[in-house]
Amino acid sequence: MALETTTHDLEEAVIKFAGDSGDGMQLTGTQFTTNSALFGNDLGTFPDFPAEIRAPIGTVAGVSGFQLHFGSKEIFTPGDICDVLVVMNSAALKSNIRNIKKGGIIIANTAGFDAKNLKLANMTSNALEDDSLTNYTVIKIDVTRMTREALTDIQLGMKEKDRCKNMFVLGFLYWMFNREMDNTIKFLNDKFGKKPEVLEANLRVLKAGYSYGDTTETFNTRYKVEKAVMPAGTYRSIMGNQATALGLVAASKKSGLPLFLGSYPITPASDILHDLAKYKSFGVKTFQAEDEIAAITSAIGASFGGSLAVTTTSGPGMALKTEALGLATVLEIPLVIINVQRGGPSTGLPTKTEQADLFQAYYGRNGECPIPIVAAQSPSDCFNAVYEACRISVQHMIPVILLTDGYIANGAEPWRFPKESELEEIKIEFAKPMAEGEKFMPYARDEKLSRPWAIPGTKGLEHRIGGLEKQNITGNISYEPENHEFMVKLREEKVERIANYIPEQKIDSGPSKGKLLVLGWGGTYGALKAAVRELNEEGFAIAHAHLRHMRPFPKNLGEILNNYDKVLIPEINNGQLVKIIRDKYFIDAMAYNKIQGLPFFKSELMDKIRETLK
Amino acid sequence: MAETITATNGEVLTAKDFATDQEIRWCPGCGDYSILKQVHTILPQLGLKQEDIVFISGIGCSSRFPYYTETFGMHSIHGRATAVASGLKAARPELSVWIVTGDGDGLSIGGNHTIHLLRRNFDMNVLLFNNEIYGLTKGQYSPTSPENKVAKSTPFGSIDHPFNPIALALGADATFVARSMDRDPAHLQNMLLRSYKHHGSSFLEIYQNCNIFNDMAFESYTEKSTKKDEALFMVQGQPLVFGANNEKGIKLDGFKPVIVNLEEGASKDDLWIHDEHDMVKANIISRFFDHVDVEGHLPRPFGVFYQTTRPTYEDMMSQQIAQVISAKGEGKLDKLLAGSETWVIE
Ligand SMILES: Cc1ncc(C[n+]2csc(CCOP(=O)(O)OP(=O)(O)O)c2C)c(N)n1
Ligand code: SF4
Ligand SMILES: [Mg+2]
Repeated sequence: MALETTTHDLEEAVIKFAGDSGDGMQLTGTQFTTNSALFGNDLGTFPDFPAEIRAPIGTVAGVSGFQLHFGSKEIFTPGDICDVLVVMNSAALKSNIRNIKKGGIIIANTAGFDAKNLKLANMTSNALEDDSLTNYTVIKIDVTRMTREALTDIQLGMKEKDRCKNMFVLGFLYWMFNREMDNTIKFLNDKFGKKPEVLEANLRVLKAGYSYGDTTETFNTRYKVEKAVMPAGTYRSIMGNQATALGLVAASKKSGLPLFLGSYPITPASDILHDLAKYKSFGVKTFQAEDEIAAITSAIGASFGGSLAVTTTSGPGMALKTEALGLATVLEIPLVIINVQRGGPSTGLPTKTEQADLFQAYYGRNGECPIPIVAAQSPSDCFNAVYEACRISVQHMIPVILLTDGYIANGAEPWRFPKESELEEIKIEFAKPMAEGEKFMPYARDEKLSRPWAIPGTKGLEHRIGGLEKQNITGNISYEPENHEFMVKLREEKVERIANYIPEQKIDSGPSKGKLLVLGWGGTYGALKAAVRELNEEGFAIAHAHLRHMRPFPKNLGEILNNYDKVLIPEINNGQLVKIIRDKYFIDAMAYNKIQGLPFFKSELMDKIRETLK
Repeated sequence: MAETITATNGEVLTAKDFATDQEIRWCPGCGDYSILKQVHTILPQLGLKQEDIVFISGIGCSSRFPYYTETFGMHSIHGRATAVASGLKAARPELSVWIVTGDGDGLSIGGNHTIHLLRRNFDMNVLLFNNEIYGLTKGQYSPTSPENKVAKSTPFGSIDHPFNPIALALGADATFVARSMDRDPAHLQNMLLRSYKHHGSSFLEIYQNCNIFNDMAFESYTEKSTKKDEALFMVQGQPLVFGANNEKGIKLDGFKPVIVNLEEGASKDDLWIHDEHDMVKANIISRFFDHVDVEGHLPRPFGVFYQTTRPTYEDMMSQQIAQVISAKGEGKLDKLLAGSETWVIE
């Protein structure tokens, strides 16, 4: 029988599930996410994996988390800090206590706070018992005991029973947020249909968690987050790396070019390789090379052969690809290089995010070696960004760097995915066979300054290309002083001309003239947008523009910059775009930087913007 | 004596068709000229269309090769020709792909890619021009230079122990391993043809004289006066014999190869019969590698050390794709984009 409860309506909520790597927090989080999506909330999620694969159980190093931000209004980020924190053990509390709002709710599994767990987490006193959590509402549940009790008559080992703990928490949260559980019941049926005991155990514990909320007196507040108003259409949930992989397959299909990926595993880029390796029915060829150099050079070989050639990596791997990037530039062949940025330098922070490879993409090569750069701004936007990178690359016969980052690569959001028929065709044409007596000119150019893509197997097009400086049109080796200068300028002009074939820069929110423009790029999009929107609502006349095209910039960018008194450029690095903008447009752009391996919080951006306006 | 063969498209090609209009920039007398000539001689014999042949090189004197050969070609970056070629072959299995590399290019900076190419067994031909020196950078010792080599960067002699390229290739599970030399055109042509005919990665080490920085490095094997005593030509199914009058032979004493003299009582019947399909024997004979100055050294073998068949990487790659398509049907983009779970907002 249900007790008297009150239900609060919330516009948005942030929940974080945290526990030991073995506690199933990722699964719990994704189940609640699916549930919210199906219910009609807008949302954003971010998983927080331990750096070590098998860190000792119960330690801070072994904590795995999943953060979900959902709402009845538009959601742009996985949320700054959480309203509800679920902790399965002491270590999970210890590593997440900084991430919870004052007055927030902590749901703690008391079994994870025994002497042994406290010691593993290096905690001298039990936070659930002392007064360190007085600023929060703490709901203590012995999840382990409740789970076992729900399963007394089930024929399963203790270990297997304990594995159902996360379902108890999930059930309890479903109760707390007034949710139906159909999607999870269906999920469990699909997953454990062949193991009736395990299925029964999970279902029972899920329901036990729900009824625990219904029947105990300890807790009598429930919440409701209504549906969001979202554009009509069919949605799915998508993570950034998934979207990148899908975008590549789509670009392959819409250009008619076979897709070749040369890659060497590296966090946080490997999932693109994993996904593409599954898509064999699309004819995708994935080549796990012996290192990043072979990864990119094999892609160069495939491109020479007429494939849509791609290489994926993260910062350290990007460093290894440098020399080959120069080769691709001089060869003037298509190639898409994807850098899913992580914290650097060196091995740095492999599982944390950063935007610190922009300079590397801009300048990180020997010689004058300009390469176009495209950046993705959200998980689903990785699809559009990679599609655009492919388009530029094959239509302009040029290598293109796509920058994404660990934050959007692993983050997820609802995506109103396009239909194949809605995607713009990527038109390309290989050079045609030559008639007897005609001489093929591999470096002849069209109005884009693009040269012919002449693939082996085409009669009369036999030609040699290489890394040595060449003469325009003939492609013959040339060491002439004037020729080198001419070719350097020509390759630069070729990059600059891309600006004629990309959309103009738009203002994302706010007025088209005013006091302040917040200019961003890449994965900070959601946080910047949320901050600027909120300040707009508060009455501040500030604007937000976000760059997709980092090189060349859209032609009207200079004009836009001049429409505001001040320009603020927040970045997850030590100030890179800001220096490029100052250099190119001679404006006094201001930097705002965070270099902690973490995304921006909306709140800190709002503070900074207010301060800037003073 | 260039033989002519009709290509599949009915054209008859000659060595001349494979020359380009580019001025050849190798030093006069360089061994690379002979190798270029032998390659141009055998290319018309392969029955291939000119446009279906691709030469990929790295960086080095040897790597200038593609500029002088009228096929598709790429002069890539130092050490990476093998990797460029792997990607090309994976993407376009129907092409005839040739790699031209040097001892520095293929065994030093690009050593890693070379061994990985061989284990994967792409159907390609690796021509490793071994001059035991860095030619293009003007004479530093290379990973195949013998110990004590005095070169620009080793004024007091090299303390590096050299690679044995043949043993390295065998260790990487290459399916075709052979050695030849610039100064024996007939043998080199034969080895080039065999490399081409082998379905899988062919590793052909070619001793090449750099007359500027390492002249006569292989003279014991190439010069008339010593060749017969120092070079051992392996012939399938034949006993291993050498010497001015073929009077010397190799006999296996257990696993130990010994030199015997047929004129001094040894019997031909006791000699080691060359079997290029025998991995154990290939491993033993690949180790005939002592410098000529070493007392009691064995002769240096030339010819095919080992040949076996194993599925090629590109064939397996294509098969896997075909299998998935036949099991699941061709991929539908709309289905892929939708994923496994969708919801509708009205
Ligand atoms: C990344 C890089 N490092 C170094 C060089 C300089 N370099 C060019 S060729 C070469 C050695 C070539 O030796 P080898 O492969 O034996 O070719 P050879 O000239 O003897 O035919 C070196 C060190 C280079 N071009 N690129
Ligand atoms: S330096 Fe040596 S290898 Fe290079 S072209 Fe001259 S002779 Fe040939
Ligand atoms: Mg050399």
